[in-house]
Amino acid sequence: MEQIINIFVRGIFVENMIFAYFLGMCSYLAVSKTVKTASGLGLAVIFVLLITLPVNYLLNRYVLSPGALAWIKPFWAEVDLSFLSFILFIAVIAAMVQLVEMIVEKYAPALYNNLGIFLPLIAVNCAILGASLFMQEREFENILQVFSYALGSGIGWFLAIVSIAAIREKLSYSNIPAPMRGLGIAFIITGLMGIAFMSFMGIQL
Amino acid sequence: MNKRIFLDPIFKNNPVSVLALGICSALAVTVKLEPAMVMALSVTLVTGFSELILSLLRNTVPNRIRIIVQLVVVATLVILVDQILKAYAWQVSKQLSVFVGLIITNCIIMGRIEAFALSNKPFPAFVDGIANGLGYGIILVAVSFFRELLGSGTLMGYPVVPQKWYAVNGGFYENNGLFILPPMALIVVGLIVWVFNAQNDKKVWNK
Repeated sequence: MEQIINIFVRGIFVENMIFAYFLGMCSYLAVSKTVKTASGLGLAVIFVLLITLPVNYLLNRYVLSPGALAWIKPFWAEVDLSFLSFILFIAVIAAMVQLVEMIVEKYAPALYNNLGIFLPLIAVNCAILGASLFMQEREFENILQVFSYALGSGIGWFLAIVSIAAIREKLSYSNIPAPMRGLGIAFIITGLMGIAFMSFMGIQL
Repeated sequence: MNKRIFLDPIFKNNPVSVLALGICSALAVTVKLEPAMVMALSVTLVTGFSELILSLLRNTVPNRIRIIVQLVVVATLVILVDQILKAYAWQVSKQLSVFVGLIITNCIIMGRIEAFALSNKPFPAFVDGIANGLGYGIILVAVSFFRELLGSGTLMGYPVVPQKWYAVNGGFYENNGLFILPPMALIVVGLIVWVFNAQNDKKVWNK
């Protein structure tokens, strides 16, 4: 239990997707002009992470990693399919996103109106694939840890995009040198926020 | 014509500094010059060849499933790059870790395929891919140049700052540890964007 909370908190603050690994920067910069759309995208990322990470974890554990196929036949214990992980992870993500989009459209039209346009964007969001690859690298022990990692890193990404959107809304009133407007200042502010987030480094529960 | 296709993405329409594409996966590899160069080369090759292949396929792939086809082509090329790196440059491949895989979701590749390769002949598409990869590579190498020089006082692993300048040896100089940390990459990119935009006098991103 301790471990699970630890993974969760580290995902939000210490190993924040944006500030520590720069994952999902494209949509982070493009969709952070207003708080409303930013929080929509953030929620969609949390949602998709919670679905794709456990699926990819099971896939990695029972199909891809070296010796994982032993549960079918002991004879296959030497098979190592890990070179296929990129293509299978991205396929799972694309398929899951499509599936989630259809289900949400059918059963929760209100939610679809809020999240709908963001879901296709997310299939190629680096944060999702990045989380799967980190999950593969870190070798979590059980699926609960994977859930807490997914939730933690999703909330971390959500926090980052909502706070930059709030700052950018205020920025439109300030006098920034013309070539710096937009992209340049967004980068620098993200850097400063990253420095602030670094004060969480070394948190251990 | 081909010359413009080649030069525009490097300077005038640089994918990173002007269009804000493809920053996702790569800034974490800019602490040192060497992995950044390998990353730039890999992205250039993947962009070039995926644009070439998809431009060859552009009349046969139905519009509805094109995204899946693009993802499969790009992912296959990235797997190739990853396996080659693991075989011939194990050290660098260890340093790049998950970021090689993240080339798949690099927005430059998908963006250029959608915007250019699907409506152009194979050769210009290939040139466009290589040029966009190089435009991205220039930013990556520039960022890592400053970060390695100011953060560790070396370039490509060779010491540049004379040893006796350091405070430990009775000198006045100290490496700036902040440059090794992630946030500094963003600030350096921000400054580079500033220089690029001031030069081009372009205000694509007014807001």
